[in-house]
Amino acid sequence: MSRDKALHYSLKFLAGLSVSSLLFIIFYLVSESSIILQEVSPTHFLFDNNWHPTEGEFLILPIVLGSVFIAFGAMVLSIPLGILSAILCQFYAPVWFSKPYERIIEILSGIPSVVFGFWGVIIIVPLLAQIEAPGTSMLAGILVLTFIIMPPIVLIANNAFINIDKIQLQNAMALGMSRFSIIRYIIFPNAKRGLLTGMILQSGRAIGETLAVLMVCGNVVQFTGNIFDPIRTLTSNIALEMAYAMDLHRSALFLSGLILMIVVLVLILLSEKLETSTKSS
Amino acid sequence: MIILPTNRNLADQVLKFSSWFCGLLIIGFFCYLFIDIIWHGIERLSLNFLISDPANAGRQGGIAPMLVSTLLLLIICISIALPLGIACAIYLAEYTNEHMWFAKFIRHSLAMLASVPSIVMGMFGYAFFVIALNFGFSILSGALTLACMVLPFIIRSIEDTLRNIPQIHRLNASALGLSKWRCIFQILLPMAGHGILLALVLGIGRAMAETAALLYTAGYVTRMPDTVFDSGRSLSVHIFDLSMNVPGGEPSAYSSALVLVILLLLINASTHWMAKKIRHRSNK
Amino acid sequence: MTIFRTTLIITAVCFLVACNNQQSTFSNSGASASSLAGKLIVTGSSTIAPLAAELAKQFESMHSNVKIDVQTGGSSRGISDVRQQISDIGMVSRQLKAAETDLSSHLLAKDGVSIIVHKNNPISELSEQQIKQIYLGEITNWKKLGGHDVKITVINKAEGRSTLEVFLKHFQLKNTAIKPTIIIGDNEQAIKLVANNTSAIAYVSIGTAEYDIALNVPIRTLPLNGIEASTKTVLSNQFPLSRELNLITKGELSTLSKAFIEYTRNSTISSTIEEFGFVPVVTR
Repeated sequence: MSRDKALHYSLKFLAGLSVSSLLFIIFYLVSESSIILQEVSPTHFLFDNNWHPTEGEFLILPIVLGSVFIAFGAMVLSIPLGILSAILCQFYAPVWFSKPYERIIEILSGIPSVVFGFWGVIIIVPLLAQIEAPGTSMLAGILVLTFIIMPPIVLIANNAFINIDKIQLQNAMALGMSRFSIIRYIIFPNAKRGLLTGMILQSGRAIGETLAVLMVCGNVVQFTGNIFDPIRTLTSNIALEMAYAMDLHRSALFLSGLILMIVVLVLILLSEKLETSTKSS
Repeated sequence: MIILPTNRNLADQVLKFSSWFCGLLIIGFFCYLFIDIIWHGIERLSLNFLISDPANAGRQGGIAPMLVSTLLLLIICISIALPLGIACAIYLAEYTNEHMWFAKFIRHSLAMLASVPSIVMGMFGYAFFVIALNFGFSILSGALTLACMVLPFIIRSIEDTLRNIPQIHRLNASALGLSKWRCIFQILLPMAGHGILLALVLGIGRAMAETAALLYTAGYVTRMPDTVFDSGRSLSVHIFDLSMNVPGGEPSAYSSALVLVILLLLINASTHWMAKKIRHRSNK
Repeated sequence: MTIFRTTLIITAVCFLVACNNQQSTFSNSGASASSLAGKLIVTGSSTIAPLAAELAKQFESMHSNVKIDVQTGGSSRGISDVRQQISDIGMVSRQLKAAETDLSSHLLAKDGVSIIVHKNNPISELSEQQIKQIYLGEITNWKKLGGHDVKITVINKAEGRSTLEVFLKHFQLKNTAIKPTIIIGDNEQAIKLVANNTSAIAYVSIGTAEYDIALNVPIRTLPLNGIEASTKTVLSNQFPLSRELNLITKGELSTLSKAFIEYTRNSTISSTIEEFGFVPVVTR
């Protein structure tokens, strides 16, 4: 049985290796942000007038809100779209439709975000500009982000539906349950773990998406609450200014990256609380 | 596809209508996208485009070096991330339960890793692989960075699939006297086949779609790479450069995007085909 | 399982072969009589990168034992890489600052900066005062300037960018005072936004604008103080608004670096510089 023990320890090691990159990343962010944390007091990040690092202003709060709300909006749109698509594929559509449909979704999940951002600029932004100028807005960002994160949700949800306990399913059918009831009472609870995985991973992608939101959000540091107004996200903040940022400015940008990771951690812990509370109910 | 009894009740009809609506919406969107790419990209598309080097900053010429770089990146990324991911998933699914702190730590870390912005990943890849490990701007650095980004998807997909396999199979295996090693590799992993397939498809999709991270690790060079230590531009970086950086690069960007979509189609099709062959073999 | 194992083995073998190849890349002698050999790494501004890559390609075709890798990462990366000797030459799309006395700059080209509006915008010229008022938010509607009754969409560049700094310096504005509607990063982004929005105004590189106008993109440059905005007027020093594109180095130059920099300052490559929309600086 020592072969088994060797397997156990090597698997444990490899598992630790898989997450080691995250530790390095956090360490990197912390060390690069240390410069600004030493020089500037944290009240600046909440109470300054605006974000102008070259002139000593470091207001980060609206940028954080921008990131969070745009990801939230995209999730609100793409979760129903994604899950309904998977339901279509698995339960309602004939095979000649669902197989090609799956292939199409797989291709969509591989298209670079710059392509979606490009379409956002030439199609979505002018469309929104007709409703309210300037068109580059939180809503544009939400829509483009939805296109990007929805395909993997469909794939993961699809897999979750395939994965369910066949025996429960057969029992339900033997009991004469209707299609809708089976979907709602048997399949969904069974698939919940897989669905949650998909949602958590893609919410990460939504918060971390850089290029596409950079192109369509307007990048003005403000948070008015109006979805037709431009906003800036933490990721586009970094991408926009990193190319020319020196010293303190550069460190400030790394700080926005670090804050992003902290926000993500908070959201993950919150969602875990939500998960455990629904499980016990 | 799961065959369920049909019913005419209202809830079923509503669900049917709304899921068809979503599906057709997405198909419509994709058709629009695809037609747009084909319309603008087809004029430059030719055999010459696929096998020649770029000229005039990519506005003319072809994309051969980019194709090679992209494929190299993909192969190296997957061959590192897939085994590592499978190992981690096996560990999480078979050796831990969900309440152990180590399992929670890994799950949360993976979720955080999936949220790292691609540009931060690029800067990290630059600082770690390019500078600290001295791989330089190279396909190797790019592939390793991609592997970090792709791992969460691979691990979570396979872990979920493994956890969903009913306990009875493991009990049967130990009743037959199989060691844990055999149980995992000869019984459970083959049963998790479609989870591994999902992991592969998600990983490939994510890797092909990545731009910002590769720009700072695999680099910008348009030369055909000789080795994995050479810098090489991926197709997604090429599309980005042509559409957002080089004036007049749009026609070539469209053609490159068309090639990317066709490449994705081919790779995914062959992945599914390989999976089917493996399934048939294990079903004998 | 065997397919999985064999693919792993094949990949590992390819990897090892590729690693071994790294040694032999520079040992084959080309047919060219040039004695220059080695590798240069050039990093920095993404504005200069396409031009530098093209010049590098031309240089490589003249000296077969030379490899020049051009990478992006921004002007600040160019500076820090040269300082840490990670790269041999840096590309910086601005003048060196006062604190950067440890570096030497070699002027590669100039890049004019001009205001652009949509082609259908009836405004044909704006005075400097009017431009200032638009950017400070004092004039918010085009009708006040004789145009349509529509709100002005003011496009500004992101903080730290040299085009922004040149703009601010010329119009004597502070970035904190500007009231932008949209903030962008690259020139192409601004051009795309203006091309799709008849009420937008932005400032971009003249060469990029000219190139796109020649491709029928619906934008128009505005003259400044009566002087037309074109690469010709920048070349003749009539047009006041332009920024420098520099190659920077630290300390003493290697033979290869010196040869390449001299190549870039040769008047024979002026046509290449113009192809990218920049203004050549002919050496005396």
